[in-house]
Amino acid sequence: MEVRVGSEVAYAYTGGKSFDAKLPAIVFIHGGEQDHSVWILQSRYLAHHGYAVLAVDLPGHGRSGGAPLASIEAMADWLVALLDSAKVGAAALVGHSMGSLVALDCAARHPERVDRVALIGTAFPMRVSPDLLEATKNREAEALLVINAWSHAAYAHYPGNPGPGSWVRGGALRLTQRQKPGVLHADFAACDGYATGLERAAQVSCPALFLLAGRDAMMAARYGRDLAGAVQGSTVKTLEDSGHNLMGEKPDEVLDALVEFLRA
Amino acid sequence: MAEPRSLQFDTLSLHAGQRPDPVTGARATPIYFTTSFVFRDADHAAALFNMERGGHVYSRISNPTNAVLEERVAALEGGVGAIATASGQAALHLAVATIAGAGSHIVASRALYGGSHNLLSYTLPRFGVETSFVDPRDLGAWKKAIRPNTRLLFGETLGNPGLDVLDIPSVSAIAHEARLPLLVDSTFTTPYLLKPFDHGADLVYHSATKFLGGHGVAIGGVLVDGGTFDWEASGKFPELTEPYAGFHGMDFQEESTVAAFLLRARREGLRDFGACMSPATAFQILQGIETLPLRMERHVANTRKVVEFLGAQAAVASIAYPELDSHPDHALAKKLLPRGCGAVLSFDLKAGRDGGRRFIEALRIFSHLANVGDAKSLVIHPASTTHFRMSDAALTQAGIGPGTIRLSVGLEDPDDLIEDLSRGLRAAKG
Repeated sequence: MEVRVGSEVAYAYTGGKSFDAKLPAIVFIHGGEQDHSVWILQSRYLAHHGYAVLAVDLPGHGRSGGAPLASIEAMADWLVALLDSAKVGAAALVGHSMGSLVALDCAARHPERVDRVALIGTAFPMRVSPDLLEATKNREAEALLVINAWSHAAYAHYPGNPGPGSWVRGGALRLTQRQKPGVLHADFAACDGYATGLERAAQVSCPALFLLAGRDAMMAARYGRDLAGAVQGSTVKTLEDSGHNLMGEKPDEVLDALVEFLRA
Repeated sequence: MAEPRSLQFDTLSLHAGQRPDPVTGARATPIYFTTSFVFRDADHAAALFNMERGGHVYSRISNPTNAVLEERVAALEGGVGAIATASGQAALHLAVATIAGAGSHIVASRALYGGSHNLLSYTLPRFGVETSFVDPRDLGAWKKAIRPNTRLLFGETLGNPGLDVLDIPSVSAIAHEARLPLLVDSTFTTPYLLKPFDHGADLVYHSATKFLGGHGVAIGGVLVDGGTFDWEASGKFPELTEPYAGFHGMDFQEESTVAAFLLRARREGLRDFGACMSPATAFQILQGIETLPLRMERHVANTRKVVEFLGAQAAVASIAYPELDSHPDHALAKKLLPRGCGAVLSFDLKAGRDGGRRFIEALRIFSHLANVGDAKSLVIHPASTTHFRMSDAALTQAGIGPGTIRLSVGLEDPDDLIEDLSRGLRAAKG
């Protein structure tokens, strides 16, 4: 569905069902240079199991209008504005990679709007090497190949996202290639510049799940565990055989972990 | 910045889509001879049927052995996924049926495999899908043939039997300007020689019966989606961008930014038309793909020797092979096919129709049959076999003469092949 956030149209996939703000809400937040479709299976399942689902396209990504936002904080504030537009009081936030920092920041600064938070493939600091950051700006195609290679652990999936016959690496690469020029650098710069992760983590008061990948070459799981240590009472689960693209490589396991967390 | 660590083509040919079975340790791809798959519980069943979880339900729609083949071919092509089908023809039909229906129109190269020509010329019109055929080298003709109801442009990487090289960059640009996808039959080249997605194609299919399998023991097809085409922006494909009552009101493009076409093709086309591949066939084709790079290299090397031999024979009037300077697409071939132009060629005997018959019947190593892409060398007389349904006028338009011979050069010792061809040429003289 589309809602207006400020002057721009914001798109959110509702899991194949009409959005009903009276149901418990879950907002899925994608990572850098991606869109809502990374959450197809998880969001569709939960929408058909009693939740109001919004898998958003962040500004400038996918079907949402506007330019990409320059900071994690700005994305978190945009998310709150989107909740306002969708008439959602509080929601569970599920974020991947860059989206996990957005979820963390939102949960810390807007606790009344977030009732639980799941951070997938997360780390702090989410620093980007100067070489890669430069490449995201000036050699985007090359940077995307590197990022895609680092985001996957396997060359076979049983099955991957969205189902049998999907070449997960190819699908993930093509999705990033189809984002608008400039989005990649804006996203990676936002991740690199986010400095308050530990402080924000300490402010999180809602239940928190950290779902990490044991073979994550983009952001090592130990940095995710460090961040989890700063969130009181958080739960850490690691999918040992997955790379950074957990929803692509381990869609069932990610869904099972979310279902367990959301229903706890 | 470190170099990407993605596996290379030869390695993907062996490993993409499969790893040792986690339960049994089987190194080779198991053949999952089962029609159906047990659900964990009722919720799992409902989730599979509603595409809330990925998984297998029934082997007409997906099967673990087939999925390995699908992932592997998609990996080799640089696509986002694939669907294995009962044959190459089934793959073509699935591609067309997914995005075209009654009232739709296709623009196709006229230099097509006879079976494809039949489907487009005679069969699809019965279902309301019309096709305009164009000279694949005439870019203006492609553009001019596009109508408001056109839904697809279609050609072969190497046309049959004149080996016309499809100018994929130019034809795809014409297609995209009209907000249409380009479908390419890549059977003759395989991803080892040409990756159409790298040059602008949106959909690719193979008759896997040919070079992908390579052994001539299994009929199959594979349809691959490049994930590049923006169906939503095109505005011409409600099949992919509006709710489909036949699958829970799913809007496929909304579900998947890059795999909408494959979702509908599997959830509708495989489900309803049912032209699925047997897992035994998928296994056999996978065995072939494991050696695809090695075989294609040898196919090309042998073909070059055969072409050189034929070029020196007085009985041969002309040879159609894009690596020759005389071929009208030679420059394009050098650009698109730097590794070689495949193992299929055609040539015309001066001795005409009767000479052609004597030539074929004298051969002992080349097998006279209707196929290409076998490890064994093959030969055929198109006017009496693959293209026999075409009128004389259509044959001429497709570049086929009465004495045209098509060879598919195999992996035998090239000296043995040349000796066999010498025998045939002596017989052709009468």
